[in-house]
Amino acid sequence: MANKFIVSLSPHVHGGDSVKRNMYGVIIALIPALLVSLLVFGVGAAIVTLTSVAACVFFEWAITKYILRRERSTVTDGSAAITGLLLAFNLPSNLPVWIVIIGALVAIGVGKMTFGGLGCNPFNPALVGRVFLLISFPVQMTSWPRAGQWAEYLDAETGATPLALMKQAIHGDADALSQLPSAWDMFIGNAPGCLGEISALALLLGLAYMLWKRIITWHIPVSILATVFVCAGLMHWANPVYASPVQHLLSGGLMLGAIFMATDYVTSPMTHKGMIIYGVAIGFLTVVIRAFGSYPEGMSFAILIMNAFTPLINTYCKPKRFGEVTKK
Amino acid sequence: MKTFRIGGVHPAENKLSAAAAIEVLGLPRQAVFPLSQHIGAPAVAIVKRGDKVKVGTKIAEAGGFVSAAVFSSVSGTVSKIDSVTDASGYRKPAVFIDVEDDEWEDGIDRSPELVSACSLSSEEIIAKIKNAGVVGMGGACFPTHVKLSPPPGVRAECVIINGVECEPYLTADHRLMLEKPDQILVGVELLMRAAKVNRAYIGIEANKADAIRLLTEKAASHPGIEVVPLQMKYPQGGEKQLIDAIIGRQVPAPPAIPIHVGAVVQNVGTAYAVYEAVQKNKPLLERVVTVTGRSVKHPSNFLTRIGTPVSQLIEAAGGLPDNAGKVISGGPMMGKALATLDAPVCKGSSGVLIMDDEEARRAEPQPCIRCAKCVSVCPMGLEPYLLATCSARGDWERVEHEMILSCIECGSCQFTCPSHRPMLDYIRLGKGKVGAIVRARNAKK
Repeated sequence: MANKFIVSLSPHVHGGDSVKRNMYGVIIALIPALLVSLLVFGVGAAIVTLTSVAACVFFEWAITKYILRRERSTVTDGSAAITGLLLAFNLPSNLPVWIVIIGALVAIGVGKMTFGGLGCNPFNPALVGRVFLLISFPVQMTSWPRAGQWAEYLDAETGATPLALMKQAIHGDADALSQLPSAWDMFIGNAPGCLGEISALALLLGLAYMLWKRIITWHIPVSILATVFVCAGLMHWANPVYASPVQHLLSGGLMLGAIFMATDYVTSPMTHKGMIIYGVAIGFLTVVIRAFGSYPEGMSFAILIMNAFTPLINTYCKPKRFGEVTKK
Repeated sequence: MKTFRIGGVHPAENKLSAAAAIEVLGLPRQAVFPLSQHIGAPAVAIVKRGDKVKVGTKIAEAGGFVSAAVFSSVSGTVSKIDSVTDASGYRKPAVFIDVEDDEWEDGIDRSPELVSACSLSSEEIIAKIKNAGVVGMGGACFPTHVKLSPPPGVRAECVIINGVECEPYLTADHRLMLEKPDQILVGVELLMRAAKVNRAYIGIEANKADAIRLLTEKAASHPGIEVVPLQMKYPQGGEKQLIDAIIGRQVPAPPAIPIHVGAVVQNVGTAYAVYEAVQKNKPLLERVVTVTGRSVKHPSNFLTRIGTPVSQLIEAAGGLPDNAGKVISGGPMMGKALATLDAPVCKGSSGVLIMDDEEARRAEPQPCIRCAKCVSVCPMGLEPYLLATCSARGDWERVEHEMILSCIECGSCQFTCPSHRPMLDYIRLGKGKVGAIVRARNAKK
């Protein structure tokens, strides 16, 4: 018989999942938050987001082609665009374009490509970029436009974020907490802050979408949010200068971090048990930094610290092996 | 509805031949009987060139305790004893028989009448099963008499019958349950008597509602036999997964075997073969084989004489489609891709699946994005990404420690991987290496 057949080992079928499907799924999940930021911060949000995404994609393409000299480019897999979006979401909407570009270069160049590109980076690239900017440009990175100035960009009027008010309260300003926006305003996104972090509602919609499409599992976001709620609740109960747990959950980058940053595949643990340990530790560190650190927000640092522990967690947290379960 | 507790995936069912009644396939011109159609020592040929054989003549004797005899499924003349490329892709010694007429050995009851009465003892039943060359018909081909003879000190508590057929496309067991339910139930009773237990469970996945209904109705008059409908999930037909699903016990890591949790698992096809061997004196000569695929003209289920070349099955189902890219013996998740259509149907051949050229090609692998999906779906609670990476690196000590030998090669990890990584290829490599290392270590002791 002249037929030539393909001979390969089983399995001979594939479920149809792909890197692209997951990456574009995350991008779709980010759309509600993007829409809210455009609505609240207008032109500024658009400029910062576009710059960040374009710069991240460009740097990934350029580094792959001219420095790593790889034949196949990974630009179309969507991961660089996600880094760009997440970096932008972690920036104030009045940040000058050149600072955004530096952030993108650090995120992709240092955070991702130095380690070999997709799948190899130990730290979340967007957070590497963001923390680099926060340390290098502390003034620009901590002046937050008030909500609702959609025509202003660099000249937007700034105001104190809920987290800054919470910090003032801890430092003795008795009526700082009373100036906090209502829980509803913080839930829908009517408060100053980084452009993508303000609306818990939009971010939770994204979470629901990713859970529905099975892009991520509940373990990391739920363990972070639950830990923050419990820790912040205990502190509030012990001493009311600390804001209420609901205010903690709805403020700052907590939702964005718990749902989109800490769940980054590459830098989070591989087992469900490990994911819960990782999530609880991030939640705990965030509350500790918010309450006792010098920065008002601790989410980025907490995630980066736990990224460093991920290999250790992977070494010690093994899945429940078949047969370990005892007889019923 | 019950199912196993760890991992699992949901491949598209594609049971194209589910409505096709079992047809009897014609005799081949030449039948080929590999001497190694089972797990264990190869059988030893007891015929030589020029010998005349009948249907049911023993042509090879079991080559040890874990081994099984081979019977001719055709009558004719032994033309040669040579090697043949079987489904594994290796050349293996085999007996070639040129077919003449269809003359049967005396004493084989070929009538369709149901014989349900049996007064044999456990030992006598096991001896008959052994003498008929019966092996597990689900694909692993473990000699059935060995499974029914527990090592000293352990006792079987129940027989579990595997009617799951969780592999996509395959429908051989499904059809057998629909068309031979009484025979299967008598076979189950024989297995219960052989294993000295009074409980048996027949596990069937929910997508075979007609078989569940029929067997439940029929089992009512067979005390001790219960049909257990199972939620659909691959690899539920895996022995360990099925035990977990039905009696909620997990077999510990190797070297433990199912009998250590009190279970003896047999396929429905095996139950039928046991019925024929014990009640009809008929050795294992034929089996139901599904021939299927998206471009196959008539997806069918054939009652096929063992030794028939795969090419004849394909012809009977409408011929090889022009765009055929891969021919698989078995199902798409665990089957073996055939290098040649001359490979014979063996005791464990459950199906022939023809894939189009396009669907037969693997996608280019991309870097691992550490999404952990392989870890979530692994039914053995292993970390496939880690086993594959460490095997690729040759770190045998680490993969042994990470329990690579527990892998059942179900392919769920690779099926799920968004980066299309060939994880199971590397894990098989590691399993082979670690298995050899462990055997060498045990030999030294």
